[in-house]
Amino acid sequence: MSDTPPHRAPRWAIWLPLVLFLGFFALVMIGLYRPADRNVASALVGKEMPRFDLPPALPGRPGLDSKVLANGKPHLVNVFASWCVPCRVEAPQLGELAKAGVPIEGISVRDTTENLQGFLEENGDPFQRIGADDDGKVQLALGSSGVPETYVVDGKGKIVYQHIGEIRPEHLGLLLGKLQEAQQ
Amino acid sequence: MKRLMLSLAGLGPAIACLALMAPAIAQEEQSTAPYAYRQLDDPAKETKAQDLMESLRCLQCQGQSIADSDAPIAGSMRSLVRERIAAGEDPEAIRAWLIERYGDYVSYAPQLTGLTWPLFAVPAFLMLIAFLLLRRRFTGKTEDAK
Repeated sequence: MSDTPPHRAPRWAIWLPLVLFLGFFALVMIGLYRPADRNVASALVGKEMPRFDLPPALPGRPGLDSKVLANGKPHLVNVFASWCVPCRVEAPQLGELAKAGVPIEGISVRDTTENLQGFLEENGDPFQRIGADDDGKVQLALGSSGVPETYVVDGKGKIVYQHIGEIRPEHLGLLLGKLQEAQQ
Repeated sequence: MKRLMLSLAGLGPAIACLALMAPAIAQEEQSTAPYAYRQLDDPAKETKAQDLMESLRCLQCQGQSIADSDAPIAGSMRSLVRERIAAGEDPEAIRAWLIERYGDYVSYAPQLTGLTWPLFAVPAFLMLIAFLLLRRRFTGKTEDAK
């Protein structure tokens, strides 16, 4: 047996495991204190609205045909449901937008006529048209991962913005700005 | 005691009423898509659909596959998968359709893209390094001996 091995690791190498561990620790801490955004945004923002033609959700109110969204005027398309609690939270804000003259089209997801009627009576009705998406197919076609979600569609039928979650009062300016941008 | 009995008797109809209402409330939030909770009649097609559903992420309960999840949107996704498989569509085409809308996150099967190629390359690279290091060590011993 020789006293010293022929290839000795350099002295700093002893710190290598500690450095690796600290790097790993830092990564875990970053992940813990700044968790990634878990909202799944639609990959269709910036693209054409998919084509669909939804039957009316209420008697006496037209359903929603995607052709309407390419009539030259920007629209808001609100994906909502009567069973969705945050949809109640955003109702006053949608009412304000409707009062400001914004055409709001509704897609009612997995709902029934009676429940929808009750919901609109209770929370106000800002919608021009409401399409019934009973099986949720159009929701999936839009890349929408939950309710409520609101899409800004420009006059040519292109999705320019997606708002995920309820519209709170502080979001009104942003949405109006996006609508104005879409008009130009 | 008699009063208690009376009040309980009064509660009876109320409890019965609640018990009747509970399923109605549960049904409301359930998916109304036709194949959310119904299998396809053709077992071969159902197996195909099942395989695909197990590798698609539920967008609401994001740790689960749509095959596992009871979220309403997962029901809609299952129905979409089953209906399209029944119509003869290729499972990978359905996966691509969903990725086009939700991004790679919706699929549990990682795709080879500009972002994910290290996932596939790093293990191969590490195997190569390990092979080279071990070879040096094994052949190094014989060099020491002479």
